Amino acid sequence: MLEVRGLECVRGDHRLFTGLNFQLQGGELLRLRGSNGSGKTSLLRMLCGLLEPAEGEVLWKGADIRAQRDEFNAELLYLGHSNGVKAELTGFENLRINNALCGRSLVDEQLYDALAEIGLGGREDLPTQALSQGQKRRVALARLLLNDAALWILDEPFTALDVKAVAQLAKLIEAHLQKGGMVVYTTHQEVEMRAGACREVNLDE
Amino acid sequence: MAFKNSIAWYYFSSPKNFYPMAGRLIPWFWALSITLLVVGLYMGFFVAPTDYKQGESYRIIFIHVPAAWMSMLIYLVMAGYAIIGLAWKLRMAEMMASALAPTGAMFTFLALWTGAFWGKPTWGTYWVWDARLTSELILLFLYIGYISLQSAIDDPRRAARASALLAIVGVINLPVIYWSVTWWNTLHQGASVSPGMEPKMASDMLTAMMVMTFAFWTYTIAVVLMRVRRTVLERENQTSWVKALVGAPKEKSSEGEKQ
Amino acid sequence: MSKGAITQPSLFAAWRAMIVRDLTLAMRRRADVLTTLFFFIIVVSLFPLGVSPEMAVLREIAPGVIWVAALLASMLSLGRLFSDDYQDGTLEQMLLLPQPLSVLVLAKVLAHWLVSGVPLVLLSPLLGMQLGLDGDAIILMMLTLLLGTPVLSLIGSVGAALTLGVRGGGVLVSLLVLPLYIPVLIFGTGAVDAATSGMEFEGHLSLLGAFFVLAALLTPLATAAALRISVE
Repeated sequence: MLEVRGLECVRGDHRLFTGLNFQLQGGELLRLRGSNGSGKTSLLRMLCGLLEPAEGEVLWKGADIRAQRDEFNAELLYLGHSNGVKAELTGFENLRINNALCGRSLVDEQLYDALAEIGLGGREDLPTQALSQGQKRRVALARLLLNDAALWILDEPFTALDVKAVAQLAKLIEAHLQKGGMVVYTTHQEVEMRAGACREVNLDE
Repeated sequence: MAFKNSIAWYYFSSPKNFYPMAGRLIPWFWALSITLLVVGLYMGFFVAPTDYKQGESYRIIFIHVPAAWMSMLIYLVMAGYAIIGLAWKLRMAEMMASALAPTGAMFTFLALWTGAFWGKPTWGTYWVWDARLTSELILLFLYIGYISLQSAIDDPRRAARASALLAIVGVINLPVIYWSVTWWNTLHQGASVSPGMEPKMASDMLTAMMVMTFAFWTYTIAVVLMRVRRTVLERENQTSWVKALVGAPKEKSSEGEKQ
Repeated sequence: MSKGAITQPSLFAAWRAMIVRDLTLAMRRRADVLTTLFFFIIVVSLFPLGVSPEMAVLREIAPGVIWVAALLASMLSLGRLFSDDYQDGTLEQMLLLPQPLSVLVLAKVLAHWLVSGVPLVLLSPLLGMQLGLDGDAIILMMLTLLLGTPVLSLIGSVGAALTLGVRGGGVLVSLLVLPLYIPVLIFGTGAVDAATSGMEFEGHLSLLGAFFVLAALLTPLATAAALRISVE
């Protein structure tokens, strides 16, 4: 499904990695490892199509992702370093706008349910700038609950989350994998996750 | 330059093959440029007849007009390379585009400067808001924008691609700007006395002007090739061929500079 | 886990959501909008002080003064167009939506124009009166601004996208964008000048309209490409 061929990343004068190949099938979990500055975030951004590889290609269902951007984006969910949450808007507004932008029509209750489920019950209508770091992250994570994207690309998803939220996110990922989804993620925390196939790519090697 | 590259476009679009080829061509273009410059200046200043209206001062057009032509031509070529670089992701084309900009800006400035010096005896003032001078000034702004954008972005790849896009936007706007300025000028000044050529120009004058244009053109090629070679070394410095090339001779040359 | 009916990705709904989002954000940061507006007023008010309080002189330069001030004000507001979204990561998300980016860009530019361009148009009669323009000239002035300011926003969006996250981006964008504004300036002021000297001005308006159509068709593509380059 997702395939990477001969990927090379150059940032400034440094070649971070080269000749990277891997494949990911439905139900598989891929964890990227590597020290700081080894190109984990760059690789994730390449998988999304945000960053153009210096060499090589990223294929989705056999075709280059940049040749089928809209189709690929419809099946992609990316959670980056920054939350992608507007500070002036409430959690609910953020979610509603995001869903309209993705072309989904969800009723308001579903959005409130998702926010409650992720642990923001009672804070749905506060501007997100009034929330804590962890709560802001949860607003971003609420998208995972409302999304049917096949491929999740998560950059340090556990950062700023408390123990309970970490467990909840791990469960979400497991459920996504069980439904045949794919997850690529990086983390500095060791989080136990059950998956059909757990794979690792180490960028330091 | 375009015609030269089309011979073996794919071969020379690789920086590795381009670098030595450019190195061999540079001396020839310098020689050609200097020869043409000497011939052109001699024809312009000694052979071409004195203008019965403007006297000797008109002779600055042998620099002014070719410089103005070159300033526009270079912008077009630059945008052409920018399009090629963005569409086919050719790094060589990106580097060519950015190497052309300083020379283009230089010719634009030269055209403005010589225009002002020609304006003083002709119109009695250094600057008039004439259509061509104004367009030339706007062209200089476009070059400055391009160069500033490029130098403001640290990542060389992003810099090359962003400025390429700017060059394309600029080249699409250029006809609109020129036409607007011409229109504006006719409205505000009536028929303008622009620093153009007389309808019946002596053939000596035309020849001199053409020779000067070719001198500027070959100069541009020589300078741009030199600049591109330097960029190639900077941007390809992780490749094995650049490391092999730079490794030994670099120390020698730095010693040479000290002496 | 999957919630709700997933309809066909609806482009129009996304487009509307983008406009609503940007307008809501502008409403919650009204101070930013007002700053640009006051800038516009102040720049225009400087001319009587700097040039001459003579009404005859002012009347002559009024269209140019108002247009140049509008140019500067609209350029000043460009900083808001993408940079906040770039900072908080929503721009990244926008690039990953299953919608054509250029269409979303057009929505953002429209919202930006509603917030930064329309107030200039509405305010221009007041400034026109200050500079001694008569009624017809003021209406024409408004009309040219109504046609011209969207072009400024559209062209400006390319510059704003190219200079995202670049040091000195605010000043740099003016270098990139102002030369491209010149045709709009020429025909915007030209229309008013022509009308006050009793000449035809419909041609100018048609040209401004043509600029608008061309800019609306082409610049979103350029801006989308620029955003992809800048976000890398």
